[in-house]
Amino acid sequence: MRNLIALVGALAVGACATANANQSGTATASSEPIPVIDKNPYASTYRPYGSVPTLLTGANIYDGAGGRIMGGQVLMVDGKVAAIGQTVEAPAGTETIDAAGKWVTPGVIDVHSHLGDYPTPSVMAHSDGNEVSGPVTAEVHAEHAVWPQDPGFSRALAAGVTTLHVLPGSANLFGGRGVTLRNVPARTVQGMKFPDAPYSLKMACGENPKRVYGSRGRMPASRMGNFALYRKTWQDAVEYDRKWDRWEEKVENGTAKASDMPDRNLQMETLRGVLDGEILVQNHCYRADEMALILDLAKEFGYHVSAFHHAVEAYKIGDLLAEADTCAAMWADWWGFKMESYDGIQENIPFVEAEGACAITHSDDEIGIQRLNQETAKAWADGNRAGLNIPAETAWTWVGVNAAKAIGLEDEIGSLEPGKRADVVLWNGDPLSNYSRPEKVWIDGALMYDVETGMRPVSDFELGQPGEGDTK
Amino acid sequence: MSRRSMLASGLAAGLCAFASSPLAAQDFAISNAHIADGLGGEPVHGTITVRGGRISSISAGPAPAGAIDADGAWVTPGLVAAYSVLGLAEVNAVSSADDREADDSPYNAALDAADAVNPSSVALGVTRADGITRVATVPAPGNDIFGGKAAVITMAEGVADPVVVSDAFQVMALGEGGAQLAGGARTAAYARLRDAFLEARAFARNRAGYDFGRTEDALLTRADAEALVEVIEGRTPVLVSVHRASDIRRVLALKEEYPRLDMMLFGVSEGWLVADEIAAAGVPVMAVPMMNLPVSFEALASTQSNIGRMIDAGVEVAVVDIGTSTITPRLAQQAAQLVAQARIPGATGVTHAEALKAITSVPADMIGLEDAGRLAPGALADIVIWDGDPLEATSAPVRLFIGGVEQPLDTRQRRLRDRYNPSAQESALPPQYTRPR
Repeated sequence: MRNLIALVGALAVGACATANANQSGTATASSEPIPVIDKNPYASTYRPYGSVPTLLTGANIYDGAGGRIMGGQVLMVDGKVAAIGQTVEAPAGTETIDAAGKWVTPGVIDVHSHLGDYPTPSVMAHSDGNEVSGPVTAEVHAEHAVWPQDPGFSRALAAGVTTLHVLPGSANLFGGRGVTLRNVPARTVQGMKFPDAPYSLKMACGENPKRVYGSRGRMPASRMGNFALYRKTWQDAVEYDRKWDRWEEKVENGTAKASDMPDRNLQMETLRGVLDGEILVQNHCYRADEMALILDLAKEFGYHVSAFHHAVEAYKIGDLLAEADTCAAMWADWWGFKMESYDGIQENIPFVEAEGACAITHSDDEIGIQRLNQETAKAWADGNRAGLNIPAETAWTWVGVNAAKAIGLEDEIGSLEPGKRADVVLWNGDPLSNYSRPEKVWIDGALMYDVETGMRPVSDFELGQPGEGDTK
Repeated sequence: MSRRSMLASGLAAGLCAFASSPLAAQDFAISNAHIADGLGGEPVHGTITVRGGRISSISAGPAPAGAIDADGAWVTPGLVAAYSVLGLAEVNAVSSADDREADDSPYNAALDAADAVNPSSVALGVTRADGITRVATVPAPGNDIFGGKAAVITMAEGVADPVVVSDAFQVMALGEGGAQLAGGARTAAYARLRDAFLEARAFARNRAGYDFGRTEDALLTRADAEALVEVIEGRTPVLVSVHRASDIRRVLALKEEYPRLDMMLFGVSEGWLVADEIAAAGVPVMAVPMMNLPVSFEALASTQSNIGRMIDAGVEVAVVDIGTSTITPRLAQQAAQLVAQARIPGATGVTHAEALKAITSVPADMIGLEDAGRLAPGALADIVIWDGDPLEATSAPVRLFIGGVEQPLDTRQRRLRDRYNPSAQESALPPQYTRPR
């Protein structure tokens, strides 16, 4: 995964250095310039906001990587976690915050959000999360629909969410690219994009695609159709990948001729990114049997499923998930709202943890994203009531490093390890309690939310409306 | 509401004693308990005694012989959901297993949840295991602003007829929802309301002659007229869904036109903006604590302080959970948000005792159960013993009684849990061979 980030980072940098797609390029034998494809045309413009060296003292800490420190200290310098421990050395001039009796965690990560794409108010004009014009739309990008003025971002910030992965919906087999955002207010989605984070490909199995297209008399109209179309599309992608691999080889060894450049297909380009390990698959899937089939599908065509989302029956196949190194991003207790959620149990997340697989608490909901801590607490307690013995600090990995891993960012966020981004939440009590709420939230070391001073963002939409600037 | 409620209570008691025949109510006591009464009182340490399915006393006295030792645990009344789809919907997205809405029916106000409710729904067991003992199960408007009649049901296991209050309330949608159902505008919803009430009054004046001379395209069926007469006369309360401040004011003004309406409000996202007026009208409210987004143009002022501010103004507020994501209400977690809110500078919340009251005695009163949802002498012995603070994410009931009858906490979900528990022994055969014997 580390390699992947390095790779994507390098690509991004490369792309920035290159002016425009299809213009400048490498000189070749024929001296005709070879067009270069810009792999990052909507690049992040996010820069961390201002920070001062800050030391939190006397804090109870879930570090997000499975550790806990009672009455400890966290030091943030230059937007990074500089040190964590019982006591740490702080440079002169550090601002000290007494966090005695309070709790500190890394910023909460939600790996499954539709904020911006399905913003509030939830009017039809705002419904931009599913490109329901066809079951294979790997070429669409969630980032092209994110409305930065969605009031939901500010609610999530007040709940300690510092990073979120915004995905297309689940109407399509291949729904398009997901994007990772810093939860900072901005005028543009580029101003929110997590720099150099890998894209994801949203895929979906089960009831939704076959319902949406079956009801229009189109394929897929059944789970059989779902798989037939996955396989057809992946086969196309494998051939596209082969063609482009050959081309890039020629470019590399200087034998390429511009006129031989293969046609570019944006849909296939996303799938090729998956086959090359640059784009991570986030697969909406409820039933155990279907997840097992998807794992075989991935083997058949040579890609990796980063995470199953919703995964209501993940508890039945924890061993398979562990073996495949595939995460399951789950709700604590959602069930019964559709047939494929009928077997939901409240111990799903802890059972996946206990099988040694990567367990994640996710929201998929603008209300749920505001209490991922509480959802984690519910599931944790239910698991232990069923005879498991999971420590609270392990449960916090479900919104910590495990979530970071699923979106390819475990080297940057998800835990309070020195060198990582200083995304930090100061809670007014144990965050595994229904009564606790964030007091302060830092993103890259910059204070972005402070309950004491009333520092909270108000979106353009909410200006001048009843309740503007309320505590919400 | 009081006359109807008294009747309903009588009915409830009668039905409960009758319907509980599979498991008889026992006389017992729970001692060494941290008792939260659901009426807003601070918790006390003591003993609850139960006789004939009702609470006979609550005292600080010593434990009688044979009492259940709660070991200091929290003991509360069974939680009460004033709004649910329990027993009406088994799987929301499976239309054949979902009786909430009848959008192809010519009937609307006449639709009665009691005709559809299924006490064997596995959702009832899951709800019970969360500490909820009685709920209103509520049809949704599908084809008109009127949705039909809610029924109050018990979560007790093995009950042939779970209905403890029938005709608990009529459902009516105004605001954006009502506008859509009535033809596209709020004006249409009010025209519909007035016309339907006019028809219902005509029906009341001359029941035998109601159909005489009416054309086929009359806009109210006889059955719906019959149901609406009960509403106009105040014998059946009406639950009106409404969010925007101006819509709330307009609804409250309906009492001038129809003075006997026994009205309750549902949703009420902007209630805090007109809290004094709601309080002055004496109209109780069902609302969702977590609702804090401008999900529509009628809910722009949504905030988690809404309920706290309404309670401060003197409004009776029952906390409800209307999540579409799951069919079982999460009442305790909803109520806990109000306590959390009280700790945030600039926000308005409530005390723990008030939050508990909003999911016990307040909703019970609103749905015609004035002797449930409270730990008080004479009340139905719906009692939950918890393994922690009942409003905490990490807590769960350990023992639960409905009308003095101890209830199983087993659920279909728990059987799945036990079958796939990673700490359980692996079986040589597939999991399908594993089940409790």
